Amino acid sequence: MKLTLHVWRQKSPGDRGRMARYEVQANPHMSFLEMLDVLNEELLAKGEDPIAFDHDCREGICGSCGFMINGVAHGPNKATTVCQLHMRHYRDGDVLYLEPWRARAFPVIKDLVVDRCAFDRIIAAGGYISAATGSAPDGNAVPVPKDTADASMDAAACIGCGACVAACPNASASLFTGAKITHLGVLPQGQPERYDRALRMVAQAQQELFGSCTNIGECEAVCPKEIKLEVIARMNRDFIKASWLRRK
Amino acid sequence: MTSSLFGLLYTEKFHPHPEGPFMSPAAAAQFYAAPIGKKVIVAVTGFILFGFVLGHLLGNLQVYAGPDKINAYAEFLHHNLGLLWGARLVLLASVALHITASLQLNALNNRARPVGYQRREAVESSYASRTMIWSGPIIGAFVVYHLLHFTFGAVHPDFKDLNPYHNMVAGFRQLPVSLAYVVAMVLLGQHLYHGAWSMFQTLGVSHPRYTPLLKRFAAVAAALLVAGNISIPISILLGMVS
Amino acid sequence: MSESLRNDGRIWVPKTPGDKRPPSQIPEAERDYYLERRYPSFGNLVPRDVASRNAKAVCDEQRGVGETGLGVYLDFAGAIQRLGVEAIRERYGNLFDMYERITGEDPYRVPMRIYPAIHYTMGGLWVDYPLMSTIPGLFVIGEANFSDHGANRLGASALMQGLADGYFILPYTMGNYLAGARLDKVDAAHPACREAETGVAERTRKLLSINGKRSVDSLHRELGKVVWDHCGMGRNAQGLEYALTKIPELREEFWRNVNVRGGNEELNQSLEKAGRVADYFELAELLCMDALARQESCGGHFREEYQTPDGEALRDDENFCYVSAWQYQGEEQKPRMHKEPLRFDYVKPAQRSYK
Repeated sequence: MKLTLHVWRQKSPGDRGRMARYEVQANPHMSFLEMLDVLNEELLAKGEDPIAFDHDCREGICGSCGFMINGVAHGPNKATTVCQLHMRHYRDGDVLYLEPWRARAFPVIKDLVVDRCAFDRIIAAGGYISAATGSAPDGNAVPVPKDTADASMDAAACIGCGACVAACPNASASLFTGAKITHLGVLPQGQPERYDRALRMVAQAQQELFGSCTNIGECEAVCPKEIKLEVIARMNRDFIKASWLRRK
Repeated sequence: MTSSLFGLLYTEKFHPHPEGPFMSPAAAAQFYAAPIGKKVIVAVTGFILFGFVLGHLLGNLQVYAGPDKINAYAEFLHHNLGLLWGARLVLLASVALHITASLQLNALNNRARPVGYQRREAVESSYASRTMIWSGPIIGAFVVYHLLHFTFGAVHPDFKDLNPYHNMVAGFRQLPVSLAYVVAMVLLGQHLYHGAWSMFQTLGVSHPRYTPLLKRFAAVAAALLVAGNISIPISILLGMVS
Repeated sequence: MSESLRNDGRIWVPKTPGDKRPPSQIPEAERDYYLERRYPSFGNLVPRDVASRNAKAVCDEQRGVGETGLGVYLDFAGAIQRLGVEAIRERYGNLFDMYERITGEDPYRVPMRIYPAIHYTMGGLWVDYPLMSTIPGLFVIGEANFSDHGANRLGASALMQGLADGYFILPYTMGNYLAGARLDKVDAAHPACREAETGVAERTRKLLSINGKRSVDSLHRELGKVVWDHCGMGRNAQGLEYALTKIPELREEFWRNVNVRGGNEELNQSLEKAGRVADYFELAELLCMDALARQESCGGHFREEYQTPDGEALRDDENFCYVSAWQYQGEEQKPRMHKEPLRFDYVKPAQRSYK
């Protein structure tokens, strides 16, 4: 199939950038990123700069890849990252617009690559539990109900790709922050720091200049791991409780 | 500036008043400084305003019971000054806070994406949720007009004090007036369709089994409010009430 | 795909070579559940090196499935019938979804098609018992070291080793090292720093200045094919010797003819890739050297010249019961092999049999 791509090209953070038009031949078995690899080889052969895009595992689990395809984060399929999107979902003659994640907190580095260190800083602010060093405790010493473990696992599925921020009209990081707060906050091990965690991570997200959540729900719709809006409610709950019940 | 103030407060250990049940002023300021804090204010004031709209509709539906009923009701409300001004103050405060917090959040959100997309497509969100910042101000403008119309009697010459029955019939007989009200009500319906569910989410009330019910409640409540309110100008226009 | 799938799936290929019928049209009598046939007691649960070699063998016999003939069926029909779809969905739902995305086929209804692929290397960086490498203060844990997985990496072991090393061992050993070590401040003006920095800058400059005709990916692909063909699931002396002449040739072409576009001042994925492929040449050559030197079959290392009559790995414990630890001697120099004998005092290794 022949495809026409309009891709955002930007040489460096300071460059203004522009959309550039390309044509590429793809076959249905290729993944979207393999199609871009093919295009890049052609560009190299012609002496042009290949399109820079983030990728790593190429199987939807690392959170590295991600860009907008025709205005939808990770493309048209539900619960699918761009690396998992295969070309059999497209037709000969399709026109595709590829743009990087856009947010003040995600400055563009080059082409479709954006700086997502803001997410790392949010995690560093509280997305962990403090465990004592010394003898490793018995794995079964703290019983955890299966429902709780499942709820934590569902929230822990977040791969930190940033699609939620990209899709949100407010460029809010609430789904990401909420997922981490929920993942740790439902487990017994997460209780000692639960409220402090909510306060610190939310504060960090604000410092990074992400927007605020107005419960629109675009994030949930594009999340490749199907994280639910419920995690944002939990973040709100923990934050409100923490703010009102602090003793100091 | 807000964020640095926020950061400053965060590094300090402040001491809330030990006896009081509420937050100290410093704690309240810190709470409001966070976007979630502002959203909570929007949600709580929204809840108050939603309650008011519901009560207001129920009072107005008395128009169907004839002039005596509704006019007596107006008299009752206006002669109980404590109730009247108490309600007015709460409403004014709610509106002021609702608007202020919303505008501040909107400014923050606009700054969060300085360079926009060339192509953008909404996947699953409702039109109502994405346009709250527009339906709100339009409703606000309408509320000003509504007050000038029925409370101050400043827009239509044929105004009788404490005679809402007459004022409604006289006003809604005019097509442009009824049209304006219908449009405003549709927007209010949109605003409430999203807001009535959203306020629960903001306050952290969410559960996989009950949230779908909450969403349905919001939709039904919004629809009923709109239908109820629109029925009044429509029935007057059609001559069913005179 | 995850090895866990073989807990419930059954591996099979058609009995007749060249049988291209869709799987639903191949009756049970004409299916060869070859793992169950060859290994009655372990069946589909044989370790991955045995399963991989068997998959390769049946495909070499022209009994592979799929368009390319490089595939075997992993069938869940029996498990679904026995346990129900919901149980299978609970266990493998995410893997089934992943498969469906890649192939467009529904594994709840048709068998999966799988084939072995290179996943990671057996062995890794040499470390001592506390997991420190030959560089003082540099600890290596998980998949990157050789300590737990010399001959064979079993399913889902990489994650396990990373967790085990990181949780049970490193907190003690690294802590112990730090307690006894003097950590002087290092100045960037130190000769060793200078040398390293200059080395990297020079290498980068070199890569960017070649401006040849071949892309990094094309050279990477060709190198990968050589390793896959001659140092893969089955190795022999002839193939390895060929690879050991081909790889240096390819490396020479790389440094003469690679095209790395762009500069050094902004993000440059071509340069990044080029650096990795440059390193890969060394690793590929070492893999082949090591495979040639080890004249026995052991775990994932299968030398066709050293096998049992029924095609299983044949070890030579008398002569090769040691760890081959290779030491870098410098560019263009052959690495030097150190033998670390493996002594088994209480449990003696036996010939593995999954029959």
